Amino acid sequence: MDIHEYQAKKILSDFGVTIPRGGIVYSPENAENKAREIGGSKWVVKAQIHSGARGKAGGIIVCNSPLEVAQATDKLLGKRLVTNQTGPQGKIVNRIYIEEATDIERELYLGLVFDRSSESIMVVASTEGGMSVEEISKEKPESIIRSKIEVAVGMQNFQARELAFGLGIEPDLIRRASDTIIGCYKAFSELDATMVEVNPLVISKQKQILALDCKMSFDNNAMFRRNQVSELRDKTQEESKEIYASDRGLNYVSLDGNIGNIINGAGLAMASMDMIKLAGGSPANFLDVGGGATPEKIVKAFKLITMDEKVKVILVNIFAGINRCDWVAEGIVQALKKIEIKVPIVIRLAGTNVEKGNKILKDSKLKYIEASTLEDAANKAVKALGDK
Amino acid sequence: MAVVIDKNSKIIIQGFTGKMGTFHADEMIKYGSNVVGGVTPGKGGQKHLDRPVFNTVKDAVKHTGANASILFVPPAFAADSAMEAADAGIKTCVAIVDGIPSHDMIRIKRYMRRYTKTEKMTLVGPNCAGIISPGKSMLGIMPGHIYKEGTVGIISRSGTLGYEAAQQLKNLNIGISTSVGIGGDPINGSSFRDIIEKFETDDETDAVLMIGEIGGPQEVAAGEFAKENMKKPVIAYIAGLTAPKGRVMGHAGAIVSAYGESAIEKVEILKECGITISKNPSVMGETVKDVLKK
Repeated sequence: MDIHEYQAKKILSDFGVTIPRGGIVYSPENAENKAREIGGSKWVVKAQIHSGARGKAGGIIVCNSPLEVAQATDKLLGKRLVTNQTGPQGKIVNRIYIEEATDIERELYLGLVFDRSSESIMVVASTEGGMSVEEISKEKPESIIRSKIEVAVGMQNFQARELAFGLGIEPDLIRRASDTIIGCYKAFSELDATMVEVNPLVISKQKQILALDCKMSFDNNAMFRRNQVSELRDKTQEESKEIYASDRGLNYVSLDGNIGNIINGAGLAMASMDMIKLAGGSPANFLDVGGGATPEKIVKAFKLITMDEKVKVILVNIFAGINRCDWVAEGIVQALKKIEIKVPIVIRLAGTNVEKGNKILKDSKLKYIEASTLEDAANKAVKALGDK
Repeated sequence: MAVVIDKNSKIIIQGFTGKMGTFHADEMIKYGSNVVGGVTPGKGGQKHLDRPVFNTVKDAVKHTGANASILFVPPAFAADSAMEAADAGIKTCVAIVDGIPSHDMIRIKRYMRRYTKTEKMTLVGPNCAGIISPGKSMLGIMPGHIYKEGTVGIISRSGTLGYEAAQQLKNLNIGISTSVGIGGDPINGSSFRDIIEKFETDDETDAVLMIGEIGGPQEVAAGEFAKENMKKPVIAYIAGLTAPKGRVMGHAGAIVSAYGESAIEKVEILKECGITISKNPSVMGETVKDVLKK
């Protein structure tokens, strides 16, 4: 789960990280007042969407008067911002963060992630703040310093100090810099985060160490014990079909192609998508109804796929284990009685009682195309596109 | 002796009396697995499926001599149950459950560092289908009848894609020594490398089929291990050619976040390690067959 910049900043400030003064607004009038309340003579108006690279997309505007702040807010609110991370449809701007401008002396990078090789938390830092971490590792790999943290004892002061000195921070500010790094570590480990990125972490001309922009993501599996974090979810930043799916226990990812998929198991779903591509087609989605493929889930899956207008053929691929093909077939028949499908359907069943399952489908007089193997299913789905 | 589990494995079910525990314990018993009892805290002393129920794993081990366990407990309590099994002297523990927080998995792995290599429990999963040694024992939730007895070892992150492979092999009259589902989570109990190493020293295994997917470093780590240390042939399929970067594809661990984690990159690296690649998921069985003929 992702959260907004302003929410991440609030969390980090609770863990002792200094952030510029700012506030969230929902209207130009609010924005003007907020700018006056913050004070100073220069402000930054920041569109809150779940994406980085907002600056390049015009989502961050520097203003010199409260009136300008109001105008910038008016310009951004309600707009869809398209960045290199949002896809062509972009993301809607419903919230604006107004912040005092910072006199920047140096821009640094600080990121925390899980390191899957060492199964520990990895802190990554660089003197080249402001660029994305991918750009840094491509263009200035020598600037990157890493520190692996033993989770059982947590981050130690010396580890934070080493990073701070490694970033060339002047001696007077080392203490403050270590506290900032440890604050980020604590936020990561105490809130079940999967990513904390402060980019840039800046040293201001007034010798303050500030988190100027930050991103945080959290482990969905841990939200049951993180009520305060899960309340920060903003559904307007997610795709509507993906929300529909996640609310119904389906794993769904929207893609660009036109062959809709209903598959049980994530690995088999990825494999089926690969087969579609190899057969010359393109998948419209990834959809895992769960290993068990219960009739209820199959009904929901058909409803979800029919919401997608791109879909010209539906491919159902179920490997039934203990749940049995005859049972799955009955689920499919029930589903197709409830939902009208206007596009060709290719069904491939495999596993326990496959003959019985296929017989049930045949006897039901449903209009569908039967397939035997993964390859056969993909080929028939692609062919059905052309037949239409 | 088969890898990880065999006919002598004495199995207990953690979360025995729950709906899932009961259903799958019954399936395992029907398959012929030696299920000796189970654990449900607070229900110790009762009988369930004709077998004793204990309050703690230690009690169960003491009274039954159990050396293997399988977890059917909700994700929030799974870490605790796995550590309880490790501490009670269980040698192999399978966590089927999907949804254990990553921070909990790291905690389990750290906790298990207190044991020496010989006394350390092998944790398999979470978010997996479990382990089966066809004809000997099943410690999992797979449909046992699609696994033919034989000499190919399977390691798979995905459950149903592992079934697909077993079925393809069976259709070609090729059998399996042991199939291990290591699960789809980013941090798991046993890696491809951990299991592939066991297959290399197993008398009953002639070749290993590794079924991987996008995300994480484990397929590559196993490939590098195989290149340096293995005499047995390794065949691999990597799912997710069409998966977009930065998106989680169902499995929490199926996300490309670094170089070497996409399907194409993994395939290239594995080829360099001398591993035979199954071009597509429909020919996993045939690729294994071709390698066995050589």
